[in-house]
Amino acid sequence: MADKKTLLDVKDLSIIYTSRNETIHAVNGIDFNLQKGETLGIVGETGAGKSTTAYSILRLLPERTAKVTSGSIMFDDMDLLKISDGLMQHGIRGERISIIFQDPMSALNPIMRIGDQIAEALKFHNKENLTKEELEKQVDETLQLVGIQKERKDDYPHQLSGGMKQRVMIAIALVCEPDLIIADEPTTALDVTIQAQVLAMIENLKERFGTSMILITHDLGIVAQMCDRVAIMYAGKIIETGTVKDIFSKEMRHPYTEGLFGSLPNLETKSSRLHPIDGLMPDPANLPTGCKFYPRCPHCMPICKENEPTNITSGTHIVACHLYDSEKEKR
Amino acid sequence: MKKEKKRMSNFQDVLYRFSKNKVSLIGVAILVVLLLVIIFAEQISPYQYGIKNNVSERLQGPSAKHWFGTDGYGRDIFTRVIHGAKFTMIIALPATLFAQAFGAILGALAAFYTKYVDGILMRILDVFQAIPGTLLALAVVAALGTSLPNLVIAMMISRIPGAARSARAIMLLLVGKDDIEAARAYGSNDWQLITRHVMPNALGPIIVDLTINLSAITLQVSSLSYIGLGVQPPTPEWGVLLSEAREYMQIAPHTILFPGIAIMLTALAFNLIGDGLRDALDPRLRD
Repeated sequence: MADKKTLLDVKDLSIIYTSRNETIHAVNGIDFNLQKGETLGIVGETGAGKSTTAYSILRLLPERTAKVTSGSIMFDDMDLLKISDGLMQHGIRGERISIIFQDPMSALNPIMRIGDQIAEALKFHNKENLTKEELEKQVDETLQLVGIQKERKDDYPHQLSGGMKQRVMIAIALVCEPDLIIADEPTTALDVTIQAQVLAMIENLKERFGTSMILITHDLGIVAQMCDRVAIMYAGKIIETGTVKDIFSKEMRHPYTEGLFGSLPNLETKSSRLHPIDGLMPDPANLPTGCKFYPRCPHCMPICKENEPTNITSGTHIVACHLYDSEKEKR
Repeated sequence: MKKEKKRMSNFQDVLYRFSKNKVSLIGVAILVVLLLVIIFAEQISPYQYGIKNNVSERLQGPSAKHWFGTDGYGRDIFTRVIHGAKFTMIIALPATLFAQAFGAILGALAAFYTKYVDGILMRILDVFQAIPGTLLALAVVAALGTSLPNLVIAMMISRIPGAARSARAIMLLLVGKDDIEAARAYGSNDWQLITRHVMPNALGPIIVDLTINLSAITLQVSSLSYIGLGVQPPTPEWGVLLSEAREYMQIAPHTILFPGIAIMLTALAFNLIGDGLRDALDPRLRD
């Protein structure tokens, strides 16, 4: 055991999707780790490989097309990529790692009462051999925890609002008190008011249970509010990691992160337009050599087109960009 | 506003919702009458009237003595229809139920294990489907010999491929949905996913398929009877009645009319019940 407090340690993870005529490099050798009780934000635009990374932790990738080509995912001294299907299903999924899906509208079984769905997750991991009444009680408690009256447990998903459905999803994720919760854009499908409520609740519960969390989002505002550390993904690579402070401070920023911030409205400066990043993400089936971001980068140098940038570390802050290479390497 | 909330079991809930559907209750009523007719057939009109030839009274129209008239051998059609109900139901009901059940299981396996099982199962079913259903049933009966159980088996086998195919199509859609993935993420194994999430969600369309198959099988039995491999004469099965009446259709239309109405009403009853059940099973359609 390298570090007693490290809960999840992902090393050199690469995932490809293969189809008949192309290979899509969704995740390309990423490393990150997560300490106990910590919240890691994974930020990036659509198609950057955030969700693929999240699903690979629970081995939920479509087995027909997706393939993990390299790397390891160490969770408490187990390599999640190597353990048996049985252990994955009984010991990990729902029990120690659970996931909150992006779209609460479709992630609940439409013909099952919500109470039954929460109870089901509990039943599968019923180690203490709780009786039916005790299970029922725990379902009630969990529902109250996420702010739904227990009387509503006999309701079907269509009778709930979007925000309530997301709360139910969170209740399902929480009910077995897992060590790690993966939240895959948990508030994308919700409107802002509900979003704030749900986030506050997640934060609250996280503190209460000391759960670690991976929060996948493309909203930097949520990151600032919720996360301890941030990893910014672009085209299947983590191009910048650091504490929230590192990322939000203006020194040594990856040009892509710069672009992300430029795409946000700012209250302090007066400008009539936002400054989005020009261009589109490269086709993951046909990634450029060198730095993946150079076609869109305002600071592109000749070296960027040839060599992949290495990680430049400064304390807790890591940036993969040639801009911060020492002067002689630049030439 | 005081809202009282009673905890109902899922079964009670479905029953309650079904009972609120008036049209389906008509279907239930027809089915109850049919059941009573089957049970009390002998009391209503002795079997002998339906199989004894009486040439002097052949092809008579409906009258007080013969409510539905008589057929080409002078047999009472009313008696034949009420006794025929038993034979038709004994073949069509189990054949449909078993075909649909096996079809659903095969469909679920194919939809769930898309890597190999799907391909293998579907190719095998392709072979069966390449042969027309009636011909397949014919081959089975020819091989096993004509008896009621064999007829049921033949009908069942000829219907399984179609049932499996439609079940697979429905379930393929379901398997790809988020709620199945979410259930897997909280620790369901394949068996739990199939029985608790995929199957219940597919039940509505499968029930509709079942009601359609039921009427189709009733008619298929009749076509087997027509070529002499189905129910053996003089046993009054509805299909037999129809095919026997074909000769006299132009001069004595009542011979074909009454068995036809009986088949139609039965099919209608099952369709109405099926519709009601589908609605009752889907909580989204209640209130």
